[in-house]
Amino acid sequence: MTADPRTPGAARNLDLDRLLAHHKLMWRIRAFEEAALRANTEKLVLGAIHPSIGQEGIAVGVCSNLRTDDILASTHRGHGHTLAKGANPTAMMRELLGREGGTSHGKGGSMHIADFSVGMLGANGVVAANIHITAGAAHAIKLRGEDRVACSIFGDGAINRGPFLEGLNWAKVFELPALFVCEDNGYASTTRTADMTAGPGPAARAQAIGLPAVEVDGNDVVALDEAVRDAVAAIRAGGGPRFINAKTYRLTGHTAADPDGYRARDDVAAAWKRCPITRLAQTLADAGVRGDQLAAHERDAIEEMDAVYDDAKAAPWPPLSRAFADVQDVGDPRNGAY
Amino acid sequence: MVTMTYGEAAKNALHEEMQRDPTVWALGEDLRRGGVFGQYKGLPEIYGPDRISDAPISEAAIMGVAVGAALSGTRPVVEMRFADFALCAVDELVNQAAKARYMFGGQAKVPIVVREPMGMWRSSAAQHSQSLESWYTHIPGLVVVCPSSPVDNYGLLKSAIRCDDPVVYMEHKNLWALEGEVDNNDPLPLGRCRFLRKGTDITLVSWSATVHETMAAAKTLNDAGASVEVIDLRTLWPWDKERVFDSVKKTGRLIVAHESVQAGGFGAEIAATVSDVCFRDLRAPVKRLGAPRVPIAYAPPLEDTVRVTAAMIAETARKLMKM
Repeated sequence: MTADPRTPGAARNLDLDRLLAHHKLMWRIRAFEEAALRANTEKLVLGAIHPSIGQEGIAVGVCSNLRTDDILASTHRGHGHTLAKGANPTAMMRELLGREGGTSHGKGGSMHIADFSVGMLGANGVVAANIHITAGAAHAIKLRGEDRVACSIFGDGAINRGPFLEGLNWAKVFELPALFVCEDNGYASTTRTADMTAGPGPAARAQAIGLPAVEVDGNDVVALDEAVRDAVAAIRAGGGPRFINAKTYRLTGHTAADPDGYRARDDVAAAWKRCPITRLAQTLADAGVRGDQLAAHERDAIEEMDAVYDDAKAAPWPPLSRAFADVQDVGDPRNGAY
Repeated sequence: MVTMTYGEAAKNALHEEMQRDPTVWALGEDLRRGGVFGQYKGLPEIYGPDRISDAPISEAAIMGVAVGAALSGTRPVVEMRFADFALCAVDELVNQAAKARYMFGGQAKVPIVVREPMGMWRSSAAQHSQSLESWYTHIPGLVVVCPSSPVDNYGLLKSAIRCDDPVVYMEHKNLWALEGEVDNNDPLPLGRCRFLRKGTDITLVSWSATVHETMAAAKTLNDAGASVEVIDLRTLWPWDKERVFDSVKKTGRLIVAHESVQAGGFGAEIAATVSDVCFRDLRAPVKRLGAPRVPIAYAPPLEDTVRVTAAMIAETARKLMKM
């Protein structure tokens, strides 16, 4: 019997341990962002927060196929990617609250969340800017003869900016070890991407540049896991850049402050039924995993992130001298050269 | 002591830095043929296409790739062909290169050198003639260098490559063929000016190609009996404030001369700072000489009307000294 490799379920040969880890990680991302939203409501986070609730499958499906020394460059909606790449949530939450002990000492916040120690080269406040940075990281990897992979995750809004064309072209011309993942949630900020995009969309554009490109349901973490595994294996074997368009849906507004008035409530409600966590839980239940085991993932994640939240709330502000640090060596403002 | 051109000096500096450090590499358009001005000539044959790397006409990608490659442990030298074209890559330079170290809390530095050939170059018109150095001095995180001679182009490019900050390195297109003596193999410190003449009556501060107009003016003034001090700033950010202050305290008069537009230019920054710090030592108002706020024209006589010349500098100095 041959199973359709893109159809999850009992007919497939599932790696239950791996999928349980995915389920657990997706809950940790969800709980982290719920805590971040709470911090926003309580005015502990004053800047913008871009939640990825509903898109956890992509963070997990992509990053679980990357090694710690592989590189990831992310978007302004990057909490999930950063956690999935292995960053410490305590340091991340401190960063969101602008506190000492944050991943960037409170100088980047949510939009620039980064942890270079796990290869996460930063979320970026400029749409599509991470595509060039990924191509550059991949170029450096190739120059140094390493077997690492550089990956960027960007939204569908990014495909209408120049760096999409320029970065993919660059990666293909130099046959770089780069994986480009479009987190296609259908909206570019508050505008329906389809209304602003000519032609058939992300994968077709990547294919036109010569990148092997596949379309995957990004809410089906089983399917995405497989697609990314294949792509990363091909890239690591020297096969050049690959492109994955992962369809998903953002279950909240563009930012924590966005009332999301531009989408029909029925559409959002229907999307909740396709939530990647619920979907994976169903797959696992169908495969015989006990409900209390799945419930424990949720409970543990909420407990963990509640503690992370309390820690960040209690953490001190960075010393004011940090405002002047890390600007530049030559002409450092602390040397009076300003 | 060796005589070489401004272009050869830069090529030699890059060659020696690439020999010294295997993580140094260059990327940009037309590098395979040695660069638009021949400033990479011979290097592709020595280092091959991986380290002297031709790029698509894709300035944003060149700059952005350099940022990603710098964050990943290499030291890219970015060729922008003309300073004007770097405007296609402003996000990558200003929002990414200049910000990454700070907004990621010092987790990484961005050691890139961005070579932006600047200035008027006969009949190249508005999109190939700009001097935009003042823009970059305004951006925290960037170092700005404008060498005026072969010896400086050699020593400052070496330092720029060794620097861990993003350095905007602006060579002047009219100076590529300028010959001069390069008398040692050491890097020159960034942020230090060079005194080209010592004098007691007036200080003339300049950089890049206008240094040569300034020196010609100084000679005229000297022949007329004035004692003129000439400072080549060389690095605009950080600029060598203390040594400029010391000079003005001695002479009591200052003219800042540059090719770029006067309004909002870096001459204004120097004039304001000197007026503030050296007010009591000044014997005359600080003067700026820069281009009028018009794009550069194509026809030679029109192009020449916006040039800051030795005659203009000398005339302004005479007025300040009531000569």
